[in-house]
Amino acid sequence: MSAYMNALVALPVILPLLAGALSLAFWRSTAAQKLLGVFGTLALLVVSVHLLFETWEHDHLVMHMGSWHAPFGIVLVSDMLSAIMVVLTGIIGLATAVYSLSDIGTRHERFGYYPLFHLLLAGVNGAFLTGDIFNLYVWFEVMLVASFALLILGGERAQMEGAIKYVTLNLVSSMLFLTAIGLLYGLTGTLNMADIAVRLAEVEDTGLVTVIAMLFMVSFGIKAAAFPFFFWLPASYHTPKVAVSALFAGMLTKVGVYALYRVFTLIFNQDVDYTHEILLWVAMLTMLTGVLGAAAQFEFRRILSFHIISQIGYMILGLALFTPLAIVGGVFYIMHHIIVKANLFLISGLTYQLKGSHELKELGGLYRSHPMLAVLFMVPALSLAGLPPLSGFFAKFIIIRAGIEVEAWLAVAVALVVGLLTLYSMVKIWNEVFWKAQPAGFGQTATPARSLFWMWPPIVGLALMTVMIGLYGQPIFEMAELSAEQLLDTSRYIEAVLGADYVESLQEMRR
Amino acid sequence: MNMHSLILRTAGNFLLPLLLLFSVFLLLRGHDEPGGGFIAGLVAAGAIVLYVFSMDIASARSLLRVDPRDLLGAGMVIAVLSGAPAAFLGQPYFTAQWWEFGLPGGGELKLSTVLIFDIGVYLVVVGAVLTIILNLAEAED
Repeated sequence: MSAYMNALVALPVILPLLAGALSLAFWRSTAAQKLLGVFGTLALLVVSVHLLFETWEHDHLVMHMGSWHAPFGIVLVSDMLSAIMVVLTGIIGLATAVYSLSDIGTRHERFGYYPLFHLLLAGVNGAFLTGDIFNLYVWFEVMLVASFALLILGGERAQMEGAIKYVTLNLVSSMLFLTAIGLLYGLTGTLNMADIAVRLAEVEDTGLVTVIAMLFMVSFGIKAAAFPFFFWLPASYHTPKVAVSALFAGMLTKVGVYALYRVFTLIFNQDVDYTHEILLWVAMLTMLTGVLGAAAQFEFRRILSFHIISQIGYMILGLALFTPLAIVGGVFYIMHHIIVKANLFLISGLTYQLKGSHELKELGGLYRSHPMLAVLFMVPALSLAGLPPLSGFFAKFIIIRAGIEVEAWLAVAVALVVGLLTLYSMVKIWNEVFWKAQPAGFGQTATPARSLFWMWPPIVGLALMTVMIGLYGQPIFEMAELSAEQLLDTSRYIEAVLGADYVESLQEMRR
Repeated sequence: MNMHSLILRTAGNFLLPLLLLFSVFLLLRGHDEPGGGFIAGLVAAGAIVLYVFSMDIASARSLLRVDPRDLLGAGMVIAVLSGAPAAFLGQPYFTAQWWEFGLPGGGELKLSTVLIFDIGVYLVVVGAVLTIILNLAEAED
């Protein structure tokens, strides 16, 4: 038990790594890999929920990996935001692992679907937990390598085309990220994020600091699919297996958003008027282009992909307004969005299995044949559009209220209009896929190779969570509130990582 | 793939054990001096690849006895688990544990979890490189 507690902060990274390694070792047996997939992610979820409660109690949990102390070694830090993100990874990981039982065919399993799946989860969790900026880069790369491979698994023509755009833009992003880290290291002589935050306050060349901040913004903006760097996302997210799409849609862009939240609260908080003003415009344009792009689409997963972009805008808006309430709203939005968006992708996969198409014009009649599925679609769809009493309503409500408080009227107007247009897109899908009659000549089932049974539990589970967040949102709101408090009061994070003595000695040196 | 070269085949027979020994030397030397699991794994994989060139793929596979993918999986498991002993001793994950033994004749043998990690890396590198190269070579045939 004590060994477990000692390793708790590292376990969300270690568990998927171990599960991935074991799935590699059992590469001959797909049955063993499936078991590892489900029980590995289940263990991950249990551990991450425990980590969340421990973090809630102790404010920050810090682990100096290999006993090499900060600022020289690599630290893993769990604050509320990290812990929340890790729990969400656990939820989406488990949901997609169960869904994969029905969705992923033997051919994909043979080409290493499960090891890559675990590696992706390890990379995502590593990025959420690390307190070292270069280590963050490394986890980004781990995550990207796994995602490249998952994206092209199957080797279809459309997948290759999407993957080339995805890979190219993400490599550009990584390059900018690395450049920015190099400049930052040259300026401060440290890679530990808390240490950087302390030392950056002494740097006199504020112009260069702003340049570095912009490099980070562009780099993470590409990863998060923010305006104007979003086009890799709708080009690639509809091409792989649906379980992979759902995992990507839930987690990957949110890692970019998380990195923006971390870096633009902890490190770059000197020139808020400048940097966060730019973020505000980025947020508004991201919301608008995403939702307008979705309006022009008639393929189920492409519509959903464009809506990821518009929703990313809301999250960045929370960061850009930079008031306590806005950050609360942003964190709440991330929680709501990950669950809802992954669920919508899972539903699109089930409709595909039932009707054999992703094209809206070839779909139809599902309300008549599968009323249960129609209801299950309505929950996340209306939540995404922000209708009460579902989770999306409160997420949007908090952010818009924060916008009104600081009198950012334009942003408020955009957020409201985008909400309406989201409703339009969701109603479009509802009408085309569920309500209208099945067009003649289409709708022959793709004769699924295996039972669809395992597709249902994740969809039902995530839909229930959406409803629960809406109806019993208080604890979720409190978590978001605490995480916003921690993000804005950076001294707590810095002291937790570096220790009060170290911070004091630094301040004395400055005097 | 086979080059049918008598010189290469004769030289390969001598080079293979030498290179494998050298890779073990690099692996064990790695902690304080240049070397380590990664480079040692590359040398070992290089030795096997040389064997593929001088002989043929089937005999290289039978020389290996195990599928390279097994090496890859086993190496990953070993590397990840090498950090675990620290957790049982109340230290952060991956804290190095050292055990020292006196050797007959006055020497001293130092073993550590670092070495276990390096062995894991060694196996991963050998497994990954050989999986790729053997598959490519077979695709060509």
